[in-house]
Amino acid sequence: MVELNVNGTARRVDAEPDTPLLWVLRDSLNMTGTKFGCGIAQCGACSVHINGEVKRSCSIPLRTVKAADKVVTIEGISADSSHPVQKAWAAFDVPQCGYCQSGQIMAAIALLAKKPKPTDKDIDDAMTNICRCGTYQRIRAAVHAAAGGTAAGNGSVIHMQAAGESPAAGGVQLALDGNR
Amino acid sequence: MQTKPSGRATNVSRRKFIIGSAAVAGGGLALGFNLPFGPAPAAAQSAIDGVPEVNAWVVIKPDDTCVIRVARAEMGQGTHTGLAQLVAEELECDWKKVAIEAVNPGSNLARKRIWGDMSTGGSRGIRTSQDYVRRGGAAARMMLLQAAANEWGVPAGDLTVADGIVSHKATGRTASYGSLAAAAAKLTPPDAKAIKLKNPREWKVAGKPMKRLDTADKVNGSKIYAIDFKLPGMVYASIKDCPVFGGKVTSFDDSKIKNRPGVRGVMRVGDTAVAVVADTWWRAKTALEVLPIVWDEGPNAKVTSATIAAHLKEGLTANDAFADTNNGDALKVIAGAAKKVEAVYSLPFVSHATMEPMNCTVRLTADKAEAWVPSQNAEASLATLSTASGLPLEKCEAYNHGLGGGFGRRGGTQDYVRQAVAIAKQLPAGTPVKLIWSREEDQAHDFFRPIAQCKLSAGIDANGALTGLHVRVSGQSINAYLSPAAIKDGKDVRQLQGYWKEPGDAQIGYSVPNLLIEYAMRNTHVPVGPWRGVNTNQNGIFLECFMDEVARAAGKDPLEFRRVMMQNHPKHLGVLNAAAEKANWGSPLPPGRFRGIAQFMGYASYSAAVAEVSVSPKGEVKVHRMVLATNCGHAVNPDQIAAQVEGGVAYGLSTFLSECSVDKGRIVELNFHNYRVLRLAAMPKVETVIVPTYDFWGGVGEPTICVGAPAVMNAIFAATGKPVRSLPLKNQGMTLV
Repeated sequence: MVELNVNGTARRVDAEPDTPLLWVLRDSLNMTGTKFGCGIAQCGACSVHINGEVKRSCSIPLRTVKAADKVVTIEGISADSSHPVQKAWAAFDVPQCGYCQSGQIMAAIALLAKKPKPTDKDIDDAMTNICRCGTYQRIRAAVHAAAGGTAAGNGSVIHMQAAGESPAAGGVQLALDGNR
Repeated sequence: MQTKPSGRATNVSRRKFIIGSAAVAGGGLALGFNLPFGPAPAAAQSAIDGVPEVNAWVVIKPDDTCVIRVARAEMGQGTHTGLAQLVAEELECDWKKVAIEAVNPGSNLARKRIWGDMSTGGSRGIRTSQDYVRRGGAAARMMLLQAAANEWGVPAGDLTVADGIVSHKATGRTASYGSLAAAAAKLTPPDAKAIKLKNPREWKVAGKPMKRLDTADKVNGSKIYAIDFKLPGMVYASIKDCPVFGGKVTSFDDSKIKNRPGVRGVMRVGDTAVAVVADTWWRAKTALEVLPIVWDEGPNAKVTSATIAAHLKEGLTANDAFADTNNGDALKVIAGAAKKVEAVYSLPFVSHATMEPMNCTVRLTADKAEAWVPSQNAEASLATLSTASGLPLEKCEAYNHGLGGGFGRRGGTQDYVRQAVAIAKQLPAGTPVKLIWSREEDQAHDFFRPIAQCKLSAGIDANGALTGLHVRVSGQSINAYLSPAAIKDGKDVRQLQGYWKEPGDAQIGYSVPNLLIEYAMRNTHVPVGPWRGVNTNQNGIFLECFMDEVARAAGKDPLEFRRVMMQNHPKHLGVLNAAAEKANWGSPLPPGRFRGIAQFMGYASYSAAVAEVSVSPKGEVKVHRMVLATNCGHAVNPDQIAAQVEGGVAYGLSTFLSECSVDKGRIVELNFHNYRVLRLAAMPKVETVIVPTYDFWGGVGEPTICVGAPAVMNAIFAATGKPVRSLPLKNQGMTLV
């Protein structure tokens, strides 16, 4: 049995020492908010905090995690999704499929702990997790918002012009294509 | 040239279910559906928490919570929220009290497919459901109003409703939907076809940037994807299919791993794969990694990217192509033109790489088969479960979880469901087993975006006008692999998506007096399938990048050059103009920055894009800004349209970074270290221009992807003077930063 401190609670798990922390969390401790994406620390879907640092848990063997290390997962961020990063993510409708977003949120929280007012460059450098849905534009805006920045909208820039409402819509008011 | 493994798509409609265009809502029985088993249960029996449904689409609880049922899959594209908006718009319920319930495919079949087609691909989720879901919402509203009218003894026509509160002005009486639902459920539904739907220009809930209804559990880790689902006593499986497509398992030596901790079984899966089952997935995966397996790789083991490229190149000039469009005499006109332009483009296989790898949990007993899946087509999952388990459909049920990405990978093929059932059959009855693919397996056994080359020739007259155009596509056919019956007389028009002359879906936007468009099918042993945007990706790049080459040869501005040829295609021209205007086409840019433009059509929507790009002396391409315009006919949720436009840019630009190359018959790039995809730092600033014309219904999830890549490639051409004729960018000595 191995002792772990996860989200402030001491846990005992029975797993081989080379088992990645990710699978200990998911299968031994039934905490499935931390996701499997690649297994080689490339995609960041498995991001957790260890002593405040963001780590890719798919490549952290259990034997390297000490009983005194403080492991925090997405489940330990808040009881009610009230962390400013979670609130910004929800307010901006960042998630699409949502699968990578636990990891994105963990990465964002770790960034803001180090740099409370990150620049775009800071965000570029720190937010390296993969999102195949391509929510990056809103992730960037949500990080700024969680840092206390004032944000207009949610990061998306939308020009909505229905035909017949504005000549600026260009040629769309021309005759039909003959197809409908 | 190579042996082709079987890769047939499964879908329920092949079993002679008929998908009616008016899958009638209103609680009545849909007409025209062939039932596979037994009579349908009475509609009102299906209920949530004992609350009877008003109709198939709507259940209203006593506390006024309005449960809207959805049948299409949610994989991030926002369809669930959009469909709920359409139902709620006609229902006139309180949007703040709306919740979504996903329909199971077994329930759909048991009720004569009352919810219609569940397959979610081709950007059809909203556009081909919108009519019947709106009628469903309207029918429920009419029944709720009638229930109030009956209660109060007044004509229904005297009642009004807003936010789920019915009012009778003359008497001042009001009642909430929740108090009327039980009585409404007992009424005869109205004739759905006779219902008059609202004018979309008067929408209050639909058409607005409502927030998604499915966000809360995605920000705290509590959403249970299929890969997270657990059952008591569940075991885990890891699988390895022969890395060479078409190869087979010869033998494996399970004595090497069966004493490892937790290992419960080592087994063949079909002829081509081996699985290890253990009490945890990590134990199964690591045991499989050291299992000695002997493969019969077969003749395909000799195939490389180079042999495939030569195979396709031959198709560029071969005599077996078919012409889908042949107006005038393009070859003669080009040969005699004042100026001639010619180019060959080439695009590789690419994988879907959904963030959630393929997975499926199955539990089989003698008289019940269940599957928990991420699926774009839950009915195909159900059908696969039935055929693979040998149990009839009525003894099967598939539970579709929200997908961790789909992009076309998890539609008709359902290979991972078939595998999970094959594994479960070899375990003691009733043992739940969850199959999870490693990322390497996911990359090795995708249904890849087809490889394609294209030779284009153009003739320009003395005034710089395009007089003749010849487009010859040579590449692999999706239909040949997945749906051979869709190919009529050997002519696979699907591979020419976006070049079609017929209006309405994927029509070419140019009028060229002499136009020859041909396809030479050149298949390989690599499985192929739909990949977000499907063939509009390749065809958009071929045509739109070549248009810039021709414009340059003609000495014309790329936008003006296109406009001249688009006068008979006002909707194509409309989005092109909209994108150009919002991007300030023609205005000065900072030094070193260049623009590119493109337009194309797919999935019944019109798309155009302008990109602003700089290229460093080292070949680092930075995309600073992109403006994408779409006319999708009706804009159900502008905020989610923008999310899809942005996502399409990210997905499309990922192909600038990587390809799936083939060596020794297998895929080389097996994880994100060498299959690089777009990350945040390289994401351009995207602006979305939505110009709906309200006279058709087009798709959203895919259409704009096909213009993002060529707009960027054309901007690179503008910056460097050298056309980008193949991807990934490393072929040009460049990279995306």
